[in-house]
Amino acid sequence: MSIDLPTGSPPARVAFYNDPKARSIAYQVALCAVIGFLVYAAARNAIANLERAHIASGFGFWNTTAGFDISQALIQFDSQTSSYGRAFWVGLLNTLLVASIGIVIATILGFIIGIARLSKNWLVAKVAAGYVETIRNIPLLLQLLFWYNAVLKALPEFRESFVIPGGIYLNNRGLFIPQPIFKDGFGWVLIALAAGVIGAIAFYVWARKRQEQTGQQAPVFSVGLALVIGLPLVVLVLAGFPLAFEFPAAGRFNINGGIEILPEFAALLFGLSIYTAAFIAEVVRAGILAVSRGQTEAAYSLGLRARPTLRLIVVPQAMRVIIPPLTSQYLNLTKNSTLAVAIGYPDLVQVFTGTVLNQTGQAVEVVAITMAVYLTISLATSLLMNIYNSRIALVER
Amino acid sequence: MKRFASMLALGLIVVFAQSASAQTLKAVKDRGTLNCGANGTLAGFGLPDAQGKWTGLDVDICRAVAAAIFNDANKVKFVPLSAKDRFTALQSGEVDVLMRNTTWTSSRDSSLGLTFTGVDYYDGQGFMVRKALKVNSALELGDASVCVQQGTTTELNLADFFHAHNMKLKTVTFATANEAVKAYDAGRCDAYTTDASGLYAERLRLANANDHIILPEIISKEPLGPVVRQGDDQWFTAVKWVLFAMINAEELNITSKNIDEMTKSTNPDVKRFVGTEGNYGEQLGLSKDWAVRIVKLVGNYGESFERNVGQDSPLKIDRGLNKLWNKGGIQYAPPVR
Repeated sequence: MSIDLPTGSPPARVAFYNDPKARSIAYQVALCAVIGFLVYAAARNAIANLERAHIASGFGFWNTTAGFDISQALIQFDSQTSSYGRAFWVGLLNTLLVASIGIVIATILGFIIGIARLSKNWLVAKVAAGYVETIRNIPLLLQLLFWYNAVLKALPEFRESFVIPGGIYLNNRGLFIPQPIFKDGFGWVLIALAAGVIGAIAFYVWARKRQEQTGQQAPVFSVGLALVIGLPLVVLVLAGFPLAFEFPAAGRFNINGGIEILPEFAALLFGLSIYTAAFIAEVVRAGILAVSRGQTEAAYSLGLRARPTLRLIVVPQAMRVIIPPLTSQYLNLTKNSTLAVAIGYPDLVQVFTGTVLNQTGQAVEVVAITMAVYLTISLATSLLMNIYNSRIALVER
Repeated sequence: MKRFASMLALGLIVVFAQSASAQTLKAVKDRGTLNCGANGTLAGFGLPDAQGKWTGLDVDICRAVAAAIFNDANKVKFVPLSAKDRFTALQSGEVDVLMRNTTWTSSRDSSLGLTFTGVDYYDGQGFMVRKALKVNSALELGDASVCVQQGTTTELNLADFFHAHNMKLKTVTFATANEAVKAYDAGRCDAYTTDASGLYAERLRLANANDHIILPEIISKEPLGPVVRQGDDQWFTAVKWVLFAMINAEELNITSKNIDEMTKSTNPDVKRFVGTEGNYGEQLGLSKDWAVRIVKLVGNYGESFERNVGQDSPLKIDRGLNKLWNKGGIQYAPPVR
């Protein structure tokens, strides 16, 4: 492709080293090269020094038999046959479990308290303010130790377990609930559940469209409930009830069988959720206060009542302010879950950077893997929240 | 924080250092103090009192090293370390010697870049339970919850023992012995397991020591000893011989009380030991009277044992395997000559 330059004097040619664009590219390439070289040199030096100090290096330990036991494993883990690599996955899943449940609880609790703090009811507002000021000013580690001791001290010993009808036991070793065991044919129930959820969403979309066109409202909630819960139940009965329960039973020292919820898990979950909820409450309060009072007044003057005003006018605008700091709180909760180490919950740091590091002695590799994992979790959380943020952000026309 | 600092130090050393110093003895002499990695929470082995004065069998070994080098048993800086942090602290050079009831195993001797210089206490792993459980043997612990400190050989032996006897086990692991014992005391576990010596020490700290018993089974071999970095043979030899000197002193009946008379002895073994004959101390990179300093300022092995963990201490642990080889035990040291 050639461009005919207009006749006349050609633009003054600048030497490439005087061209600002070429220069800035050159600088960036040089900087990248220097950083790349530093990383390479550091890694090489590290390997050489480890070798000189006779410290084993490399990732050979990954497939070696672990030989220790982990109190909570979401996947099969056996001290005699499972590897250090599997211990890593056990720890990672435990971290993700407590972080994801913690995020859900902290969000719900935080929204309730944040809104309560703006309540016109004096007592409710003051209780919420007291909660926020107390909880967020006490170090999380102390709170975790408090919850752990509270859980252990308040609950009875194994011999005096609380027994709740239906095969539920509660003692200072944990909460034990029956575990559902799925037999052949349970797949149909899952299919029915999926169909129910899809049906409910379809009904919701249809009902909204109809309301926009005709103004008629449809019983979305009861129809949705029937589809999501009723349909699978009917299929469950038709399939001949392919579901059994494994009930916990008292052994000599412990309750065995069923699903076991450890006191360490409960304490960590309480501590993290309650602590983070205090911060989320402030984020939510700030978000709501950021919506100008005129918006509410305009909604009232259009005849909307308090609840729809909050739901349709205030919250959607507040969300734009809330989401970015909320993301930070989610990241904080996930990273704070590493304090599990203080109360013996087998999270990634406790299992991997604790036991595995010590049993293998390979600090550099283990710490590098752990840092990479937390970076990945945090970046993934950020990414999801940024996608959500860009969806609700103000679309400027 | 300490853990982070030593991790960081190791990281920096590993990444940037050009060559690790192999001259530990010279570095210690130049510095004027010995940095000793110790337990900090284990009565009888390593524990500071209210005035900050450290005592214990392990502590005495460090004091003996300082005595041999500086003729002053107090020129030691004790760095309290958890089981998890101890090897990193030694690898990174934060401490010169690790003297923290550490079990000698093949993998620790090979893949950590460390080396054990000897055994100052022959131990074995045991279990402590509440008397109220009416358990008389570790073999009755099937199905029990056991509290244990992580990053220890104990943690591995525990899993092995329960597996070998076909018993179900629920482990609860904690980063420090303190946390593990507290959880056991709070009823979180049926049993607490660690080295038997540790069990005696921890039992003293429980609210009601008499409500707990230590089960008779010893399920493992736990030879505990001093650890140094690999690649510095001079330092390795010096630390090794300090412990041997304490054991030899007991065998030769040289104590902190009779040491002055002993320096006038005509017994050739004693003469070589106290340095009136030969230059064995100088060969080790120490002084001629190195062994005299050790015995005078710290005592011989038996004195240290009885004072810290034996009959003169609250622990009252029987010497058992730790008796001298000629008295029915297995403590044995090569001769000075």
